[in-house]
Amino acid sequence: MWRFCLLVTFLAGVFARPSQDPISALTADDLAHGKRLYVGHCAVCHGIEGAGGRGPALNQPGLRHVTDNWSLYGVIKNGVQGTEMPAAWQMTEREAWRVAGYVRSIGRVAAENLPGDVARGKELYRAKGCAACHITQGQGGVPGPELTEIGVRRSAAYLREALTDPAATAPEGYLVVSVTTRDGRSVRGARINEDSFTIQLRDDDNRFHSFRKTGIKELKKEAGVSTMPSYKTLTVAELDNLVAYLASLRGAK
Amino acid sequence: MKAIKKGVLRRLIINAFTRESCSPQRRERRDYVESYLRRLAGSSSAPPQRTLRLCGGLPLLAAVCLLISTLALAQVPYKRIADARAEPGNWLTYSGDYQSHRFSRLAQITPANAGRLKTAWVYQFKQPGRQETSPVVVDGVMYITESPTIVTALDAHTGRTLWSWRRNISRFVKTIGFGQSNRGVAILDGAVYVGALDCYLVALDAKTGAVRWETKVEDNATGHAITAAPLAIDGKIIVGVSGGEAGIRGFLDAYDARTGKLAWRCWTIPGPGEPGRETWGGDSWKTGAGATWVTGSYDPDLNLLYWGTGNPGPDWNGDVRPGDNLYTCSLLAIDAATGKMKWHFQFTPHDVHDWDANQIPVLIDGAWQGRPRKLVAMANRNAFYYVLDRVTGEFLLGEPYAKQTWAKGLDAKGRPIVLPNTEPTVEGNLVWPSLQGATNWHSPSYSPLTKMFYVAVREMGAYYYKGEAEYKPGTFFAGGGERALEGDKAYGAVRALDVATGKMKWEFRLQSPPWAGVLATAGGVVFGGSNEGNFFALDALTGKPLWDFQTGGYIAANPISFLIGGKQHVAVAAGQALFVFRLP
Repeated sequence: MWRFCLLVTFLAGVFARPSQDPISALTADDLAHGKRLYVGHCAVCHGIEGAGGRGPALNQPGLRHVTDNWSLYGVIKNGVQGTEMPAAWQMTEREAWRVAGYVRSIGRVAAENLPGDVARGKELYRAKGCAACHITQGQGGVPGPELTEIGVRRSAAYLREALTDPAATAPEGYLVVSVTTRDGRSVRGARINEDSFTIQLRDDDNRFHSFRKTGIKELKKEAGVSTMPSYKTLTVAELDNLVAYLASLRGAK
Repeated sequence: MKAIKKGVLRRLIINAFTRESCSPQRRERRDYVESYLRRLAGSSSAPPQRTLRLCGGLPLLAAVCLLISTLALAQVPYKRIADARAEPGNWLTYSGDYQSHRFSRLAQITPANAGRLKTAWVYQFKQPGRQETSPVVVDGVMYITESPTIVTALDAHTGRTLWSWRRNISRFVKTIGFGQSNRGVAILDGAVYVGALDCYLVALDAKTGAVRWETKVEDNATGHAITAAPLAIDGKIIVGVSGGEAGIRGFLDAYDARTGKLAWRCWTIPGPGEPGRETWGGDSWKTGAGATWVTGSYDPDLNLLYWGTGNPGPDWNGDVRPGDNLYTCSLLAIDAATGKMKWHFQFTPHDVHDWDANQIPVLIDGAWQGRPRKLVAMANRNAFYYVLDRVTGEFLLGEPYAKQTWAKGLDAKGRPIVLPNTEPTVEGNLVWPSLQGATNWHSPSYSPLTKMFYVAVREMGAYYYKGEAEYKPGTFFAGGGERALEGDKAYGAVRALDVATGKMKWEFRLQSPPWAGVLATAGGVVFGGSNEGNFFALDALTGKPLWDFQTGGYIAANPISFLIGGKQHVAVAAGQALFVFRLP
């Protein structure tokens, strides 16, 4: 019996996670390779050196879906369900660990200190009527994307750009289309869905429209156009405050 | 006594048709099978009760007649398949015939009436999964496969189940680089053949679904699997394997149809001392892939099989396998009697983009530059359309049919003139087509009436990445990957190519790059499907849309057509259901 117990103990030792995770064993060359992989696969959303963009910034010590290095590896290899983060299924284990190591190395950089004031930003958000088009924590209008978690999903730099030049960051699912039907009706709005024979859109009054393409005389897709007004007329301080407020929106409380 | 005899006989017949006799639905199914038998015996217009009364008068004779007629109907000898064109009401192989035309000679549905197509019936698949089945229809029975490895026989009149067989597939089954799908069965004599996801070939009794034999093709632990429909020829079942992202050494197998014994194996990667071995540096041939995961074609007169082979392993890192990597990304002509390769044609030597040549080789007999010639045409994943002489393998034509940025063109022998800087890199290199290709496994169709080759095209580019290539048995051996340009940066189309020139005659644009095959019919209609769930009919001459139906699910399957109750039907798997349409 004790032999069996010994065997079990031995096997448990063999198959348990090593106490030292692979990141601590990475060399400078490994990290350099990790960086190259990061630039190719990750920077398109997370920005060069983790500055963030369409995806959250990674140059901060704490990451939302990451508790330890193993979970960071898991996020890279398997993606995050329900988000835009895809799985890097094509990477070998070693490659994924190298990327994880590089992400950790940029994460040691101190988090960006945002200059704005959250409370003032919140007040400006209310005063400018942003809630007419955006929902935060259940409150607000529907034409624009929900912002309840926008501080997690988008970097501060990206949010700043979205405020000053909305067309540059128009999200998928908000393509502006103009439809002119054969019987002379014209509707402009956000494309909700489309297939080869039909298109569905929502106009500025939040009404749904469904068209068969055979009944459409002209279908104009206004790529690079956003229905959101630009806020580049805000003062620098106002913009800082608004960005700080948006960056503080990190999920339902 | 009479009553007892009648009961025994009835049970005998019913048991012959229902395997799960102790299931909760036993009574319902028994009643159903009874009425089905009656309908098979009587004319389709006769009310079942009348037939029953006739049987009641002469129980023994009637039952024997029933048995004989149904047994006779269930027989699909090789000759019937070889002459599939003589019975356009059935759909006897994966692609409809050995020539893989996926063309229906039924002409009831035309451009004039296609707009009136209606749903005849719908069958819901048993469990969620990727449903890629292409049905086989014989004498009023439709045989389909369901994810992961289920074979179901349906009454083609109503979609009601006659029997269903499920293989126990472990949840740890290895499907490296693809989904848990199955594309269909083969039928020969009284048996239905299916390749299982865990890499077994199984023969089922066509009338009951009972297992006649099963044979292990290869070990699933090393990433071998079967998703393709087998091809039944005279006395042999031909089966190809998946595993191109697992570093397998690819092959095509032939099994004795009656016993399941291996008749021959044709390796797609040459071993030591074999011709082509010199196209692999070092030991790289051992993990050279060249999977055979899509059903090929057969020329009974030449007794040659035509089968496409997949990418070399690892997919995106070619550094570890210097050379042309024969016989990957090739079309092979294989002697069906011996398994010996008669000729090969490699579309993409030393492929580094995962452009498998696992597309359907379409066999066409026609005039080529004034003289009759046996041809084989393929719209390849690498964005070129090819025509070869299928007796010799001689290259006759190669024309791009979709956007491609990797080759300057093809030389006189059909070898691509590869452009510089089109290889995958660590940082990513943008190339058209994407790794899923300008088309993929979904079938093209050839109409001998319009002389057009119809193909569902994927217009999409991708960033190709080169990564490490480390072989561990039963794991991903890819050496990189891709990030495709999605959304409005990509689109799809059904295109009609002039079969002799490869030039586009028309196109019908699709919202996104499709995964559904096409079916042309003698009525002058082309059917196709979209990722967004549209199943549609186009005018075969002009591409003009005639009819469309929103199925509510992603379509990644090939349509087929058959005749039942005197009416032409069209079937396609969409989402988690099989839809069957007909005119009112």
